[in-house]
Amino acid sequence: MNSQKFDHFVRRFVDLILLPCIGLGIVLVLWSISSATWAKELPSPTKTWEASKPYVVEPFAKRGEMDQGILRFTWYSLQLVAKGYVIALLIGTPIGFFLGLSKTFTKIFDPLIQILRPVSPLAWLPLGLVLFISMGKEAGTYGALFTIAICSMWPTVLNTAVGVRAVPQDYLNVGRVLKLSRWKTLTTILLPATLPYMFTGFRLSLGISWLVIVAAEMLTGTPGVGGFLWQEYNSLIYEHIILSIIVIGVVGFILDRLMSLVESRFKTA
Amino acid sequence: MSFLELKNVSKSYGGTPVLRDVNLSIAEGEFVAIVGYSGQGKTTLMSLIAGLTKPDSGSLTLSGQPITGPGPDRGLVFQNYSLLPWLTVAENIELAVKAVFPDQTPAECTAHVDKYIAMVKLSHAKDRRPSQLSGGMRQRVSVARTLAINPRILLLDEPLSALDALTRANLQDEISSIWQSDRKTVVLITNSVDEALLLADRVIPLTLGPGATLAASIPIDLPRPRDRKALNHDPQFKRLRAQITEQLLGFGASRTSSTTRKLVLPDIMPENLDAPRVNRPPRRLSEEKQETVVSL
Ligand SMILES: Nc1ncnc2c1ncn2[C@@H]1O[C@H](COP(=O)(O)OP(=O)(O)OP(=O)(O)O)[C@@H](O)[C@H]1O
Ligand SMILES: [Mg+2]
Repeated sequence: MNSQKFDHFVRRFVDLILLPCIGLGIVLVLWSISSATWAKELPSPTKTWEASKPYVVEPFAKRGEMDQGILRFTWYSLQLVAKGYVIALLIGTPIGFFLGLSKTFTKIFDPLIQILRPVSPLAWLPLGLVLFISMGKEAGTYGALFTIAICSMWPTVLNTAVGVRAVPQDYLNVGRVLKLSRWKTLTTILLPATLPYMFTGFRLSLGISWLVIVAAEMLTGTPGVGGFLWQEYNSLIYEHIILSIIVIGVVGFILDRLMSLVESRFKTA
Repeated sequence: MSFLELKNVSKSYGGTPVLRDVNLSIAEGEFVAIVGYSGQGKTTLMSLIAGLTKPDSGSLTLSGQPITGPGPDRGLVFQNYSLLPWLTVAENIELAVKAVFPDQTPAECTAHVDKYIAMVKLSHAKDRRPSQLSGGMRQRVSVARTLAINPRILLLDEPLSALDALTRANLQDEISSIWQSDRKTVVLITNSVDEALLLADRVIPLTLGPGATLAASIPIDLPRPRDRKALNHDPQFKRLRAQITEQLLGFGASRTSSTTRKLVLPDIMPENLDAPRVNRPPRRLSEEKQETVVSL
């Protein structure tokens, strides 16, 4: 290996592994100090690891309804998120298109959207439970889906609308000269031109739906990472709260990276 | 009767008149060049003919039929190419061909597309996207896309002005030979008098705005095919060039003025945290400068 290559390798190692590890180390030290001094109930890093071991070493084990491997819980949560997220996209994308295309539509619905957008998932969930109360045992799941969909929809709606408005007039003029039908114009010009914006919206929406799932599961007691977290808090097993937080964070990070990859593919278009 | 006819066409944007009382009459098969200064409404005139914008007053007709909206019978080559960036060269042209000739079989369509790609000598690049093409190549795709829909009249909006002199000369020859072979009616907008003289049967100067209009047209009776090298020594060519250039400069002379204005440079600091640190304190760029603009 020549020295320049080696230098490059060392720099990458420092940037990608050493420096992030320093950050991690600082947090672990602060955590240990905190649990030893002012926050007596906070489990130390070592205690957390020991208590979490069965859940991590056998991530897919199923010992009972609320006693399962952590990845199994994560899988349940991801399934629920996926359903809510798909609903959000299916509803949000057309709304975004209408907002982008029609000034009248914007005038009618934009104020409403701006008012509903900042409402917290914790506020939507009870409404969701009430809406689907007739579903009986399934009310929790439907309520959670409703909450995920309605909370995560907005970035898709707004980014799609912005994207549609940003389509250069020249592209539309090409369609006008060729006398493309409305449908043809939509599919061959508007949609591809808006795609990069839509995917930015999709990525942000995914982030929010993952944020919401935890809150939803906590309140409905559905099995999943969030439900697990809340149950362990009630059973005073605080180590598992930390385990859940870490898993939620890592999964959220991975989801965001994956969506960024997809997004960047469309950016070049 | 003339093929394309504009009568007293006026257009203004937000109260400022751009074109006023434009009259134009073009015969079938004629090649007309319109020369004028930048920003005086040449593109606006093209959009009016293409039907993309509506005139405030006046009438436009194509072979007797009023122009009410855009349509593929008027092939517009946009000033900024307007290729769809997510489609390849072939797909861009195919989109147009499929829209205008919906009855073609897939094989006919492919052959049709290939023929026009070959005409502008881009067969080797047919699967590339516009971002992978040079400016001249994009321009040729744009021309091929328009020729492929077989319009009755070709509207070329400064198709070559963004190109270097050599590429420009090449494409001028291509346009010239394409026109010689099928004698379509062409309206060419250009800011180059030489280009107009090389290609057109008639040159029409556009006066200065606000409220620009077309001046009297100047017939170019140079024999074809015109050879650019020989033309340079042709006394008739020299005379026409001097005449048109003088006329254009004449529009400007009455309006030459200069303004001095304050130029404030933007106060921007780098936001990129990865940027290497330089060994001096960051300096703000808010210096004021003076700028003098002489407008033609
Ligand atoms: N859609 C529009 N809205 C408002 N003003 C416009 C619009 N289009 C053009 N204008 C104005 O009309 C005038 C003429 O514009 P136009 O694009 O026709 O000029 P041009 O002769 O084609 O210039 P260039 O040679 O630079 O292409 C300009 O002052 C421009 O600012
Ligand atoms: Mg123009």
